[in-house]
This record gives sequence, structure tokens and C-alpha cells, in this order.
Amino acid sequence: MAMNRIADTTNAVEVHGVVKHYGETKALDGVDLAVPQGTVMGVLGPNGAGKTTLVRVLSTLIRPDAGSAFVAGYDVLRQPRQLRRVIGLTGQYASVDEALSGRENLYMIGRLLDLSRRAARLRADELLERFSLTEAAGRAAKGYSGGMRRRLDLAASMIGAPRVLYLDEPTTGLDPRTRNEVWDEVQRMVGDGTTVLLTTQYMEEAENLAESVTVIDRGRVIAGGSIAELKAKVGGRTLHVRPVVVAELPSMAQALDEYGVHGATADQAAGLLSVPIADDGQLTSVVRALGAGGFGIAHMDTHLPSLDEVFLAVTGQRAGGTDPTDPTDPADPTDPAGTKIEEFAA
Amino acid sequence: MSAITLSPVERPDDAEGRIGLRANLRHIGALARRNLMQIKADPESMFDALLMPIIFTLLFVYVFGGAVSGSQHEYIQYMIPGLMAMMGMNIAMSVGSGINSDFKTGVMDRFRTMPIARSSVLVAKVVVEMGRMMVATTILLAMAFVLGLDVRTTPLHLLAAVALALAFGASLVWTSMLLGLAVNSPQAVQGIGMLVLMPLQFGSSIFAPTSTMPGWLESFTKINPLSNLADACRNLVNGGPVAHSVWITLAWSIGITAVTAPLAVMRFRKKT
Ligand SMILES: Nc1ncnc2c1ncn2[C@@H]1O[C@H](COP(=O)(O)OP(=O)(O)OP(=O)(O)O)[C@@H](O)[C@H]1O
Ligand SMILES: [Mg+2]
Repeated sequence: MAMNRIADTTNAVEVHGVVKHYGETKALDGVDLAVPQGTVMGVLGPNGAGKTTLVRVLSTLIRPDAGSAFVAGYDVLRQPRQLRRVIGLTGQYASVDEALSGRENLYMIGRLLDLSRRAARLRADELLERFSLTEAAGRAAKGYSGGMRRRLDLAASMIGAPRVLYLDEPTTGLDPRTRNEVWDEVQRMVGDGTTVLLTTQYMEEAENLAESVTVIDRGRVIAGGSIAELKAKVGGRTLHVRPVVVAELPSMAQALDEYGVHGATADQAAGLLSVPIADDGQLTSVVRALGAGGFGIAHMDTHLPSLDEVFLAVTGQRAGGTDPTDPTDPADPTDPAGTKIEEFAA
Repeated sequence: MSAITLSPVERPDDAEGRIGLRANLRHIGALARRNLMQIKADPESMFDALLMPIIFTLLFVYVFGGAVSGSQHEYIQYMIPGLMAMMGMNIAMSVGSGINSDFKTGVMDRFRTMPIARSSVLVAKVVVEMGRMMVATTILLAMAFVLGLDVRTTPLHLLAAVALALAFGASLVWTSMLLGLAVNSPQAVQGIGMLVLMPLQFGSSIFAPTSTMPGWLESFTKINPLSNLADACRNLVNGGPVAHSVWITLAWSIGITAVTAPLAVMRFRKKT
């Protein structure tokens, strides 16, 4: 990516060669990034990629070892005070005060942002309403569910209507309904002119919210560009076919090939046939081909490429930081937000 | 959303982004309110301030009273001013572990990304702790009057003794916060706190005159600022020369604050 070295006012966030090492760990190893004003940038990366470290550098919580970064034209190193006036942060781990009620949490933030008492109260109520927290507003945040905490946290970072909003994995661990609520609010903020830098492990989240994505791994940018560009590299959806008889997998792949559907791969261990799908017409072709061949199909679904498949496509290798035993592993097929499942009649 | 809702009380016009005095006071107020609400949510956290003065007074008066002074009344006159000196230290102890656990949650991260002076979070804590010390001291004095303490000087002298104990207490709150920010776990803060607290309290003139102690211990109690504070409070209540011990105590209070407060703010700024 070619990047202008001078702070460019059309970019709300600019990062030039930022390095942050923790001993041997290269949390950030020369990251470049630019987020045009009023857009959403998705930073995609597996566990330990350096996403949180990047957000912490951009919100003045840690100083980088090298490189420079500008937010709304302010230098993170030299103008941290001015910078804090224009940002909002929702960290990966909820940063609400457990002992306080939802309303008191938001009121406090409002007062710290120099709103008058009345304005702080009104603003708190407005945001509680928007995040469907009005009913729980008087209860201590200690008793909130994970999703409610997250929503309260998001509300807190929106109190001051920041020009630049950082969201560090805002929907990890949320149920689909809450996740959609969060997405709606983020879109609304963007509609009001806010620039958003969003980290995520989910391709689907990036696709839903972001105009462009930066894929990072082990502290380095390994791919970047618009969603469309990335998808062109990765391919669109993938169709998974689970046959009744696993032994038939190779002949199924061959049948598809003969029918003009190419690129199908058979995974004997998983008992799955994966077929890249470019358009809906191809879905029909697959069904026709398999039907004509008389193969028994137990299950079929299409899904967006997982982060792991994105990595495979852009680097030719699996994600470096991905820990197979980690429950939050994006490649985990049981993760509801990780893949977009479209069921077909089996 | 209406335009009124979002207009700040004062526009952040300063190009440097510095926080004005009024804004700073408002922030400290909002943060102190947070600390008070934390106490409200967890009333047990006030047990130390409420019960310690009662238990200590009864315990020491009836256990040591006869042995040390020969008379419980004389011992009350001797020890209550010393306990005033001790209240601040015991209250300050809990601050460090509290701030350490605060960092385990993300709240501090939020504060540190907001346009407020980073010292305001700590100053708010000091303000609330001073309030807790005043509560403890009030209870202590109420107990003492019930048990028969007379102020042999003037009420003004008594107030001066309270103020002196609070000033020293404030310096200990800063020290405790510095410890809380420097150490990894709340348990470690408590452990280290106890290690410092016990010898300072008992190796002082709070509970017993130092003249009966062995030479090395007596020299330690002489330099122990708690002895100076206890002596100052005692003479402010019972009459006697106060100038020397008051000045020494003030010097300690200012000295400790001047060193630990900036260090604590610096740690707070840098803590990851
Ligand atoms: N304070 C720290 N001390 C030591 N190592 C750290 C520290 N913070 C981060 N690291 C290391 O830096 C690397 C990047 O961490 P970071 O938290 O930025 O990853 P991430 O992309 O946010 O991961 P996740 O998806 O798990 O949140 C990791 O290997 C992590 O162990
Ligand atoms: Mg992270």
C-alpha cells in the first residue's frame, strides 16, 4: 500500500510503520493503515494478531516503540490531550463500572465530557433507550449479562459523539440479535459522520460494516483493500456438501468437474465436499450434477469464507496466531457469528 | 438527538487541550461521586472506618489500660490521641488494593482515553478517603468522650489535632495508591501494606511510652513519623509543648506527598 507520510486531513486515522514489541513478541511489527474520514475500516486478524495493541496505540493507552500515527490530524505521541477529545473507545473487555447502575455509568461519562448535569442525564437516557437498556438502567452493571454490558460499553463510548470510534471486537460473544443491534448502531454512527475502526475475527462482520479491510497477522499487514477486492481474492461463498456415503466424495468431485463446476475439494476426514460458488446459477448446477449422478446428500449449506480461509487465500498458509484449542477461534464451526449458514433442504 | 444535549459546559478551546481548573474540579467531583456510589453499593467497605475505632478503643483501653498507665482513665488520655494518628494509616491501607483491582477491570482504560487530567482519578480517590477518615475520627472521638476523655486544652486544639492527622493520612493515601499501582495483585498490596503498617504502628509511641523500650527500638520510634504525629495529637489534647512535633509531622506529610503523589500519577499514566 502506498501511503503518504504527511498527515492527510482526508484520512481520519493514519498509521505509519507502527512497531510495538513486548520482549520477544512483536505485537505490532510495522503496521501501515489509513482510514478515510466517515468510513469504516475493518481490521481483521486471528488471536494475538495485534488488533488490541493497535487500538491501544491509537487511543493513547500505550506508546509505540517506533512509527507514527495520526487521528483526526492529531499526533498520538505529541498531541494525546487533543486526540482524546475526538475519540471514543469500546475495548475488547467491558470497561463499565460494575458497582454503578447503567444510568450512573453513562451520567458519569457525560460529566467527565463536560456536559452539564441536565445534558448528561438527557444524553444518558437517550442512549439507554437506543441500546434497549432503559429497563435495566437503575440496576448495578454487575448484574448485567455479557450482551448488556457490551451495549452499555458501546453507549458509553458514544456519549460524546466522537469523531473517531474504535471498536475492539464489539460483537464477540454476542447472540445474533444483539449483534445486529450493535451493527445497526454502528451504521447509525457512521451515518452521522463518525469514522470507525473496527477489529474483528469475523469476515461477515467486516463485510456488513466496513468499506475496506486490513488483514493483520503477527503484527504485520498481510492484505488490505476494499471488501470487494478482498472477496475477489478469496472468492465468494463456499458450498459444503455432506454425502450419505463418504467414500463417494472423489467420484462426486469428478462428477461436478464433468458438469462444468470446477474447484471442488474433497475432505475425506471431515466427510465434506467444498465447492467455491461464484453465482447462484452454480448452486443449481451442483444440485443437478449430484442428482444426475445419483449421489445421496445428507446436508448442504453455503457460508462466507472464514478468517482461516481468507488467510489461506491471501497468504497460502493458515493464520499464524490461531490457536486450535482456543474457544474463540474464528474457524470454530460452532461459533454462530463465524459463518453465515444458509440451510438447504437435505 | 438535539443540539442542546451535546453542548459541553465549556468549549475545549485551548489549542493545547489542557484542562481548565473548573473543568478539573468538575471531573474530580464526578469521579468522587463514583467512589461514593461504590461505597453505597458495597456498604461493607465502610466497616473499617465504622468499626475499627470502636473495636480498637475498647480493646486497647481494657486490655492495656491497667498495665500501661495503672489507670484506664489515664490510658484513655494517652492512647486516644495516638489512635487518631493511627486511623489515617489503617484507612489508607485499603486504597491501594482497591485501585489495583480497579485496574483489573477496563474502567481505568476508559478514564485514560478521556479528555480529563489523569491526576483527577487519583485526586478524587484522596478526597473520598479523607471523608472516610473523618467518619472514623468522629466515631473514635465520640467513643472517647463516652469513655471519659477530657480535652484539657481547647476545642480548637482538638480540631488542630484532627487536621494534622488528616494531613498525614492524605500523604499515606498517596503512598498506598503508589503501592497499588506498582504491585501486581490486590493481595500483594495488602501483604506489603501489612508488613509496613505493623512495625510502624507498634514501633511508635501510639500505645505505650517509648522510654521502657530497648535502645535500638527507642531510636526507631524517634524517627517514626507516627510517633511524632501521636505526640503532637497527645499534647494538643492534653496540653504540653507541640511546636516541634507538629512541624516535624507537617514536614513528613508534605515530604511524603511531594514524592509519592507525582510518582503515583506517573505510574497511573504509564500502567498498561
Ligand atoms: N502487555 C503485554 N505484555 C506482553 N505481551 C503482550 C501485551 N499485550 C499484548 N501482548 C502480546 O502481543 C500480541 C498481540 O496481542 P493483541 O492483544 O494485540 O492481539 P489481538 O489481535 O487483540 O488478539 P485477540 O484476538 O486475542 O484479542 C500477543 O502475542 C500478546 O500476547
Ligand atoms: Mg484483542
